[in-house]
Amino acid sequence: MTAISDRRQLAYIAAQAADARVNVELEAEGMTLNIGPQHPATHGTLRIVARLDGEQVIEADPVMGYMHRGYEKLAEVRTYPQVTTLINRIDWLGSFANEVPFILAAEQLMDIEAPPRARHIRTILFELARIANVTLFLGDMGVQLGAVTPIFYAFRDREHILNQIESATGGRFHPNFDRIGGVKDDLPAGWLAETKQSLGEIRKFCDQMEDLILGNEIFQARTRGIGVIPADVGLSYGLSGANIRSSGVDWDLRRDGAHPGLAYNDVEWRVWTHPDGDSFARYWVRLQEVRESCLIVEQLLDSMPSGPIMAKVPRIIKVPEGEAYVETENPLGVMGYYVVSQGGLEPFRVKIRSASFSNMSISPWLLKGTYVPDVITILASLYFILGDIDR
Amino acid sequence: MISMLLAAEFAWWQTTAFKLVMAIVAVLIPAGTTVYLYLFKMVSFMQSRLGPMEAGPYGSMQLLAELGKNLQKEDIFPLKADRAVFALAPYVVLMSTFLLAVVIPFGPDAAFTNIDVGVYLALAVSSVSVIGILMAGWASASKYSLLGGLRAAGQLIAYELPLILAVVGVVIQAGTLNLQGIIAAQNQQEIFGWGAIGNPYILTQFVGFMIFMIAVQAELTQVPFDMPIAESELVSGYMTEYSGFRFLMFFIGEFATANIFAFLASVLFLGGWSVPPFVTDLLGIAWDSNWMNFIGPLVMLTKMLLLTFIIYWVRFTYPRFREDQLQKFAWKFLIPLSLLNIFATGVLKVVF
Amino acid sequence: MPSEADTTEEVVDEARRALLEALSAELGDAFVGSDLVPGKDLTIRVATEAWGDTALYLRERQRFRYFNWLSAIDWLPSPFGRSLDAEVDKKLDPEASAAASVELGSGTTGGDSRFQVLARVHSLTTNLGLTVKVDVPGTGDGDLSVETWTSVYPGANWHEREVNEMFGIHFLGHPGLRNLYLPGDFEGYPLRKDFPLLARLVKPWPGIVDVEPMPGPSDDSPSTDNPEDTL
Repeated sequence: MTAISDRRQLAYIAAQAADARVNVELEAEGMTLNIGPQHPATHGTLRIVARLDGEQVIEADPVMGYMHRGYEKLAEVRTYPQVTTLINRIDWLGSFANEVPFILAAEQLMDIEAPPRARHIRTILFELARIANVTLFLGDMGVQLGAVTPIFYAFRDREHILNQIESATGGRFHPNFDRIGGVKDDLPAGWLAETKQSLGEIRKFCDQMEDLILGNEIFQARTRGIGVIPADVGLSYGLSGANIRSSGVDWDLRRDGAHPGLAYNDVEWRVWTHPDGDSFARYWVRLQEVRESCLIVEQLLDSMPSGPIMAKVPRIIKVPEGEAYVETENPLGVMGYYVVSQGGLEPFRVKIRSASFSNMSISPWLLKGTYVPDVITILASLYFILGDIDR
Repeated sequence: MISMLLAAEFAWWQTTAFKLVMAIVAVLIPAGTTVYLYLFKMVSFMQSRLGPMEAGPYGSMQLLAELGKNLQKEDIFPLKADRAVFALAPYVVLMSTFLLAVVIPFGPDAAFTNIDVGVYLALAVSSVSVIGILMAGWASASKYSLLGGLRAAGQLIAYELPLILAVVGVVIQAGTLNLQGIIAAQNQQEIFGWGAIGNPYILTQFVGFMIFMIAVQAELTQVPFDMPIAESELVSGYMTEYSGFRFLMFFIGEFATANIFAFLASVLFLGGWSVPPFVTDLLGIAWDSNWMNFIGPLVMLTKMLLLTFIIYWVRFTYPRFREDQLQKFAWKFLIPLSLLNIFATGVLKVVF
Repeated sequence: MPSEADTTEEVVDEARRALLEALSAELGDAFVGSDLVPGKDLTIRVATEAWGDTALYLRERQRFRYFNWLSAIDWLPSPFGRSLDAEVDKKLDPEASAAASVELGSGTTGGDSRFQVLARVHSLTTNLGLTVKVDVPGTGDGDLSVETWTSVYPGANWHEREVNEMFGIHFLGHPGLRNLYLPGDFEGYPLRKDFPLLARLVKPWPGIVDVEPMPGPSDDSPSTDNPEDTL
């Protein structure tokens, strides 16, 4: 296609030479352990090339791209409503949450505001997606540390939430429910009461996990002081979500940057932080967040306004020229879309700022000097979804 | 009729052949039972799922299906593997299991062999498996296997010590190294003059029992001591490259060893094949009458199932230790504690 | 409610305006453009030479401690495929494609180069986000380069690697500008507009029939005052 210039070629040759040199060093100094791309601990196809001295990691280099789907390019040839189908697949455990910031960005460009009921439904589904996502983490962390049972509880109780998402949207994993100017459908009858029941199950699950995992001495021994991220390092690497809050940074976009398209300002809840910044803190913060999410959803269910679920939007969505960046606090951290429109039916450019990408970018720094078992602990506690890294 | 049968004399080759068959039965039948009961079913119920349901009633034939699946799998050797060692390793591991079974008594006469240093032999052959695991880890020519094998060697050697030291308390109390003698001692001794249940050492040697069970858990490389296998880091540790029949042998070795250790623990701490004296008094038979050759194996099986239940219960509840924590736990806690236990037992033995 | 919303918007706007004034005063010549969306967002554009210093300035002087992301835009109108409402199918008619205007877009903060690198930082003290853009002059034939931000924000490492492989923009001083997603021997820069999306070239675009009608009031009674809405 484009001819490779001399400079590019030189850079390429230099990189190859550097790789070869690294390989020689590896042979001499230690062992290269290739964790992934198909490995039980990488939930997806992340590959970590770790250089080991005994069991200590001298250098860890994550290699991505095994699942890179090029959504930024694909979004350029799709209409705005079609893009939501794509971006559903970024963080596949909390799919609905992926749609929201993109829709909000489009709404911001079009200067449309969703009616209050749509905002409430959106926020409820957003939080349900968070619960569905993070419950799985709460169980999965156990599996990574060798306790196989909690994950089954997580799958069992996540089902309650998925059932609610399914009965409201028709899709268990990929709802594709958010629309520019509102949501696709109204809630089915009896949904509010059923959702409240499911929240009870999730609360029970949280208590169970607190007993089974958080209170376990072995779990504490394995996670306390492991993978400590100081707050300023975390900030400069762009960590977000529970990962940065567990380092003591009190920053949650649901409270601090609440977008008018979501109903977070109508509810009372608190942002949990933890001063330690280690793997234990990350687990603890996420556990508390699930509980807070239950609280948020419950309040929203009680204060559900009546009215239309769609604003007045044109039949064919044409977004006026402009640029907008909207970010929200997604289950994995801050997710944002930088949408550039040139007035057409399709976005001119969509930059997807996904949480796991930034969260994982700290891993070479964090994994240096740790032991192989701790690599697994740290990766599990950073909690990435591969689709969210590779996009 | 039955007493005639019991009094029958057999030629040496007949008893040997019979013992050979029984050894395989004694290792494989309990292994199958525990794998089905605990690994397939109990754990499924603990994890709020059903487990196998299709093969046979309640999935009871699942084991045969697994066996068939593993037997017809391709026997893969990794390209750079040390073929001879790679092929031999599972046999070494399994050999340790069978040798361990040799000394376990299932009744007054229903024992494969009755040697005076039974405890010694049991503990000695149990560490043969380390060699097999190291062989597997090295010969696989895989980094995961190597890490797993090395971890396993370090761990098994570390936990061999508390295992042995825990038994020393029992030996002091029984005054014999003979496993039949230990059973007899548990049946005949009294706790402060109260002999209705004899003196099962789980009561008087409770610390020793706990150390023994913990060390067994580690010897079996079961959670929370499964660092050598650690499926979330090392894929499957030293077993990673094995498939088909050889994997099956590791698998049998793992679960049969769990049973044999549970048998050993029930001999050492739960009174073995004997039933409490008040039961034999009720039935009006001697504690080591010929009837016990029939009842004994069932009693042993019951006690074994009880102990393996604990092993699997722990296995599917706890997360795993890191290997430095695991070594610290062995050297800094279990071994001093077991030494203390030996000291206390010795002092009390002299006092009473 | 509306009055309340207006007042809060006014407050945030004040904060952003103050920030904008501070930036334009202190960056001096490096400050070449800005766009302020009241109550929503602030974007500035800096001169190419000042790109690296801007990061340092933002982090140390303006307390933008949080590095959010870094990316790039190719402003070239796509020479491939056809947009849903394009008058000519450029794919089928290469001459029309050549004749079509190649006028570069430039975004809200202006600019005259085909490529722009943009980064976003966030300040936790004021809770304001800031997008910083910079022109990357050059034709895109291996002559694109800007300074790296990795020395100031280590988190920029992966983002710059991604931009490098997707747009072919070189970051001077980057510690290891290897490909992040693509194989090492991949040719071309996928996110450039002149890189063809083969899925679109081999299969005709299903077209406007695929556009999903939106529910809501406008569905039942198409608004008549704005005929463009209904095409």
